Amino acid sequence: MSDSTILEVKDLQHIYMEKTPLEHQALSGVSLSVEEGESIAIIGNTGSGKSTLIQHFNGLMRPQRGEVTVEGQYLSDPKLDVKALRRKVGLVFQNPEDQIFEKLIGDDIAYGPLKMGLPLKEVRDRVKWAMELVGLSFEELKDRVTYALSGGQKRKVALAGVLALKPKILVLDEPTAGLDPRSRQELLDQIVRLNEKENMTVIFVSHNMEEVAYLAKRIYVLADGRNLIDGTPGDIFGNSEVLSKHHIGAPQTVEILAQLKARGYPVNLKAYEIETAAKEMVSVLQSFRR
Amino acid sequence: MSQPFIQVEGISFEYTINNHKTVPVLENVSFDVHPGEYVTIIGHNGSGKSTLSKHFNGILKPLSGNIYVDGLNTREANLQREIRQKVGMVFQHPDNQIVATIVEDDVAFGLENIGVPSSEMKARIDFALDAVGMSEFRKRPPHHLSGGQKQRVAIAGILAMKPDCLVLDEATSMLDTYGRRDILDVVRRLNNDGMTIVSVTHHMSEVAEASRVIVIEKGQIVLDGAPREIFQQYELLHQLQLDVPLASQLARLVHEYDNEFQADLIHNEEIIQEVMRLSAKRGVYVG
Repeated sequence: MSDSTILEVKDLQHIYMEKTPLEHQALSGVSLSVEEGESIAIIGNTGSGKSTLIQHFNGLMRPQRGEVTVEGQYLSDPKLDVKALRRKVGLVFQNPEDQIFEKLIGDDIAYGPLKMGLPLKEVRDRVKWAMELVGLSFEELKDRVTYALSGGQKRKVALAGVLALKPKILVLDEPTAGLDPRSRQELLDQIVRLNEKENMTVIFVSHNMEEVAYLAKRIYVLADGRNLIDGTPGDIFGNSEVLSKHHIGAPQTVEILAQLKARGYPVNLKAYEIETAAKEMVSVLQSFRR
Repeated sequence: MSQPFIQVEGISFEYTINNHKTVPVLENVSFDVHPGEYVTIIGHNGSGKSTLSKHFNGILKPLSGNIYVDGLNTREANLQREIRQKVGMVFQHPDNQIVATIVEDDVAFGLENIGVPSSEMKARIDFALDAVGMSEFRKRPPHHLSGGQKQRVAIAGILAMKPDCLVLDEATSMLDTYGRRDILDVVRRLNNDGMTIVSVTHHMSEVAEASRVIVIEKGQIVLDGAPREIFQQYELLHQLQLDVPLASQLARLVHEYDNEFQADLIHNEEIIQEVMRLSAKRGVYVG
């Protein structure tokens, strides 16, 4: 493990309801290593263990077998300071409703910083900072009730609540599911900014391969509770064999290119970005002449 | 024209946000859905589309105006049961819809409530679980399933009730590509068999599957038409914080470089066909 490793997982296993007839092994040996400031996507078929895995990162689940370390600290340690860990690792769940419990938006986002014992001025600043970061107007929305929010707005509130803790590692489970196209793009841009400008380490789980292609510098592929391969988006999306074998989608651009390739057109599957995919198609079409 | 299955007549709705303020969500919305139609409703977060969809089986009642399902007014409390049997609704978050501790019991839950004989129940559960590809999970506890698997169970629970109309409120937004494709296949098959489909979604490739798309902005209908027509209005959709399917974007880009390539495509398969058509027309591959 190098000095800049911020999170490491070694041979992590998890069995739900062990030694009962309903026993189910969700993780059967996952190992991964994340450097500080990286942006990592974890992809895999439904049931591959992604959500179980990331719940280990902030101590919500403790390792049954194997190890998880954050900045060298073992999360299986019974004397682990869970509060300190959760300030370091912010986790945003898939269902934002689960994470919102205050009546007013501003109060909900302030909850974490208040519990940290920060002075009121600082709490207010952080709430404002976090709200504007996710595209919620502080003045307009801080005194609104949370229950009248749409699903997409709730997601932004939940994310702001985690960001207000200024975590070093941001863990997101399906960050943009349920957001409209514009909100999705805005949120992705904000996450890119947090990652690049604030050096926040980002680890996210997603089914949306366009989002994975946009946000991740490196991708881990999970199947049946194990990590299979990791690499850049180009490497992973170009590996259509592994993806289709494990029922993992590729970006739609790659799917179209793969279908063209299957029909004998010499296109490069690594051209997952829409402009490069379009250029691939144009150059192929120009190569047909009488 | 057939008698509409759902008639939305000038409905309005608002939420109270604090003691002094209300936010209008729907303003004087009217449209009809005919039997066998496949309608998608799109709009940005907070545009009112989910609120609208919750009116279709009487979960929400309009403040003014009326909604009729197969001629039944959703305001009538004593028609509630009948209306909900006609219009099944699947939501974004499966956790809120799953009640039982074993998958097949969850699918059976609605059937027990409406008194389906147990002889028929098994066939209906088999059909529903098979339709969503979850048969092998029938004895599993749902809370250990992944989000996508749970959603398929929730959809099975609705399908088992054999409704005339299925309303999906962002029901695929938590599913992976394959899960979504499975659900869309199911929906397409149900629609081919005559079921009316109303789907609220953010996935423009899903919209391309439908026969009609309604665009909602600030609680009002701003566009209503066939997907191919609507998706040509790229600038307007962008202003409404919406998008077009990837196939449309790709077709437009390729068209910019190569103007023989058709720009108004909306399905991935059409892109493939267009490449094949043009390459065949132009001759042979010379590298």
